[in-house]
Amino acid sequence: MSSQEPIVIVGAGQAGVQIAESLRQEGYGGALLLVGEEPYPPYQRPPLSKKWLFEAGNPASLAIRGAEALLRRRIELRLAARVEHVDSAAAELLLGDGERLRYSGLALATGSLPRPLRVPGAALQGVLYLRGIADSAAIAAAIRRCASERLPVVVIGGGFIGLEVAAGARKLGAEVTVLEGLSRLMSRVTAPVVSEAFERLHRAHGVRFVFDAQVTELRGAPRSAAAPAGAPPSGEQVATVHTADGREFPAGCVVVGIGVAPDDRLAAAAGLACERGVIVDECSRTSEPGIVAAGDCTARRLPDGRLLRLESVQNAVEQGKSAAAALMGRERPFYATPWFWSDQYDVKLQMAGLSHGYDQVIVRGDMAKPAFSAFYLRAARLIAVDSLNRIADHMLAKRLLDNDLSPTAEQIADPAFDLHSLIKQSA
Amino acid sequence: MPRVTYIEPDGRAVTLEVRSGRSLMSAAMDAGLEGIEAQCGGNMACATCHCYVQAPWLERLPPPTQDEQLMLQNVAAEWRENSRLSCQLIMQPELDGITVRFPDRQS
Repeated sequence: MSSQEPIVIVGAGQAGVQIAESLRQEGYGGALLLVGEEPYPPYQRPPLSKKWLFEAGNPASLAIRGAEALLRRRIELRLAARVEHVDSAAAELLLGDGERLRYSGLALATGSLPRPLRVPGAALQGVLYLRGIADSAAIAAAIRRCASERLPVVVIGGGFIGLEVAAGARKLGAEVTVLEGLSRLMSRVTAPVVSEAFERLHRAHGVRFVFDAQVTELRGAPRSAAAPAGAPPSGEQVATVHTADGREFPAGCVVVGIGVAPDDRLAAAAGLACERGVIVDECSRTSEPGIVAAGDCTARRLPDGRLLRLESVQNAVEQGKSAAAALMGRERPFYATPWFWSDQYDVKLQMAGLSHGYDQVIVRGDMAKPAFSAFYLRAARLIAVDSLNRIADHMLAKRLLDNDLSPTAEQIADPAFDLHSLIKQSA
Repeated sequence: MPRVTYIEPDGRAVTLEVRSGRSLMSAAMDAGLEGIEAQCGGNMACATCHCYVQAPWLERLPPPTQDEQLMLQNVAAEWRENSRLSCQLIMQPELDGITVRFPDRQS
């Protein structure tokens, strides 16, 4: 690798900053450039739909690492900057301001983009998506306006983002209706017993739910003269949400949380293999030598050939470490058990493993509180555990899954059985 | 301002001024210390800000909550009697001079 040209990391989020830091830890001493589209240094995204949303915090409080620390490690930030094109044959990229930059190594950490709602009226004012700091601030402002004007907030999508925003909106005092396209909450990632617990929790806090809701159209109303100062001058404001069964829901604003899609545009245009994400191996290497990728933008090829897409901090951090090692010519595969978390009101949901394909769910704990865990088995082996206010179960589940240990269904169902004993036995 | 000494996994000691009320995790992340990951940002969801509190500071700290104790049982590195999560250690003037060591791995 030429030491003249920098290693360039495209995307200054959790994965991007991890790649930069890990490159220094791996002993890379050359120039290092981290390019980010947003004007903020690398920051934590999870709080944007949680605490930060209703606490109206300061963007600086979200920073992953201090500016001085990055400077000291000679990690150069180029913010509010876009990479327009990558020419992998020439090892050169084109920046939005027209500058051409040669690189000695390239890492793509371009993240993901919210899936757009594709119905008439989706471009109305007041239809909001969550991705970055500016989006979170705009959603918080819209919710506050709804609360003060007694207009309902309509959330489209009963997944993590939709439910966290709904909880935040309730905290800010707004009326909330969640429209979910399927028959229960978070249905793609949890068992009915977990969906039902969250439905009860939100209903107890005053959230209204409509299931099997197919949104067909959003309609607007001209902005009233009383529109707040600073509101966009043009465009109609969303006023109602319509569903296929002919119902109409008044809306002061609409928050859309119907999933994200990996941002693999740059990689695909550069000719890298992509399939719902930049395809990488377990060491974060793409199809192009010298180019690695990490985080939400990737689809990891598993040893059995399937592609795995994960959207999580853990994935960004661990793939970031792998990617940095790969740029240094080392193999540092990432196999750890995936984990996720969500905060809604006073309930912490922690998920370990991937429950997809389970054939049995066993509950341990108190469903009413709620303080319980759902253990997912496939062919009598543990594959995942969702824990609600059961931190110990979550930590234990990660260890069991990391070590390929499985309690039996009877052991899980027996509250007197100490699941920790399985780890002690194997140690 | 009260000071905290962090010992990195490779043995390097770094002393930082940490204002009262701030967590030892937050100050360590800000300063770019290598032995800490803090993946969940201080939400008691990940246990990747694990540290060992050097004597005699352990007994001067408020004891861990039950949740913290439960998380400490399954940290990635070795659990020891002086294991704590640095996101739960809040700086106070009386803790001026506290020393904590980061383990060799957090995840």
